Amino acid sequence: MDSEISLTVDGRRHTVAVDTRTTLLDALRDRLGVTSPKKGCDHGQCGSCTVLLDGRRHLTCLALAVSYDGAEIVTAAGLGPEDDLHPIQEAFLDHDGLQCGYCTPGQVCSAVGVLDELKQGHPSHVSQDLEATPEPSDDELRERMSGNLCRCGAYANILAAVREAAGRGQA
Amino acid sequence: MRELEYVRADDAASAVALVSGEPEARFLAGGTNLVDHLKLGITAPRLLVDVSRLPLDAVEEYDAPGGTGLRIGANVRNSDLAAHPAVRASWPAVSRALLAGASGQIRHQATTAGNLLQRTRCVYFQDATTPCNKREPGTGCSAVGGYARYNAVLGASPDCVTVHPSDLAVALTALDAQVVVLGVSGERRIPMTGLHRLPGDRPDLDTVLEHGDLITAVELPPSAAARRSTYQKARDRASYAFALVSVAAGLELDGDVVRDVRIAWGGVAHRPWRATRAEDALRGQQLTEEAVLAAAELELEGATTTDQNAYKVPMIRNTTALACTRLAAGEVSR
Repeated sequence: MDSEISLTVDGRRHTVAVDTRTTLLDALRDRLGVTSPKKGCDHGQCGSCTVLLDGRRHLTCLALAVSYDGAEIVTAAGLGPEDDLHPIQEAFLDHDGLQCGYCTPGQVCSAVGVLDELKQGHPSHVSQDLEATPEPSDDELRERMSGNLCRCGAYANILAAVREAAGRGQA
Repeated sequence: MRELEYVRADDAASAVALVSGEPEARFLAGGTNLVDHLKLGITAPRLLVDVSRLPLDAVEEYDAPGGTGLRIGANVRNSDLAAHPAVRASWPAVSRALLAGASGQIRHQATTAGNLLQRTRCVYFQDATTPCNKREPGTGCSAVGGYARYNAVLGASPDCVTVHPSDLAVALTALDAQVVVLGVSGERRIPMTGLHRLPGDRPDLDTVLEHGDLITAVELPPSAAARRSTYQKARDRASYAFALVSVAAGLELDGDVVRDVRIAWGGVAHRPWRATRAEDALRGQQLTEEAVLAAAELELEGATTTDQNAYKVPMIRNTTALACTRLAAGEVSR
């Protein structure tokens, strides 16, 4: 069964007919040619397919495209033009927060979400006081980024990048 | 994957009517578990009824005996519920349980009702090439005599030895929450302690819900024990892993004497396990580590283990003591 849906991706509106079984990730990559989100595990375990969906970090592999008709999606490629990168992207470059780069678009989108959630005061598993405003400590950043795996093991530099973007500079 | 028809429900009643009228229909909400199961071939429905846009996304206070309760819409996302100021202040075990589960991305997507209805992560259930009575009734249980490290230690049956995976369900079970269910014959309420089943000879049935029943809300009653509650989870990784065992605990103390206590366990049984024998043993007693260990020991009478999962018995006992003594000492904030 096909359904016509519209998606706004990195500021461009698309209308596309998708089979009900098509995931949002496959719709983006294979139907719309948006290859910034990556297919890693395809089972919600690695975070490579993370985008910002209606402003929040979101997996695209465990999502049927038909259910997201009308969604506003921002991928890592849409965060900033090449000559004016998003601060998170700059920080990943400054700290070599990547090796092969495959997980990077997901890491970058997730980091944007993490900083926004911190700004909104959302607690995490490692927050000592559920009602206090959380600080972007290394423990907090590690916990909040735990849904994004990096098989190269670039975690130390990913953490350094997110730390800098969180305003803590070279800790 | 089998061809699928998709319908976006206009309202809860029509969603219930659609699914009730089609044995091969399923509700779709956050999709984090169901979409994975479609890919893995664990379920192959003919029709998906999308309830994710139904207006079941409010968190509202209601008058309850002894104070103010919280009614949580079925579609409230796990991240929003965990961050809700009233939950953080008055039902902290609920926030803690949610924050101990999944990842930031998944918590934005997964819903309150969907979390309760997620299915086991038993490695055999998730591998469609192996026998599994839960996935395919009558084919046998591969986990009996197989990879048994995650298996249940309480309430298992010869037909199924798996455990329920939800963290949220454990906290809700401890704090006497109930679910509001809409079925073809109207609305009813089911206490969390009665929602999930033990496997018996029907491990294919996780809950007492009928096909087509839709959870529309969860109601959290107030209590002193809920206000002083927490969730302690033991797992293989520090983050983003299912529980080996977990404990939701709430305490009301009079000096150092237990006036009220709530204990529920995760990772030990086919359903969240309310430890009523342990609670009864602790009420009226001084809250000491020894008292909690002894109470947990009582609850664990009749536990059955193999070499692979025997670790769960001391682990759940000690985790219960840790949670209760930390609550008593005021070491867990809220």
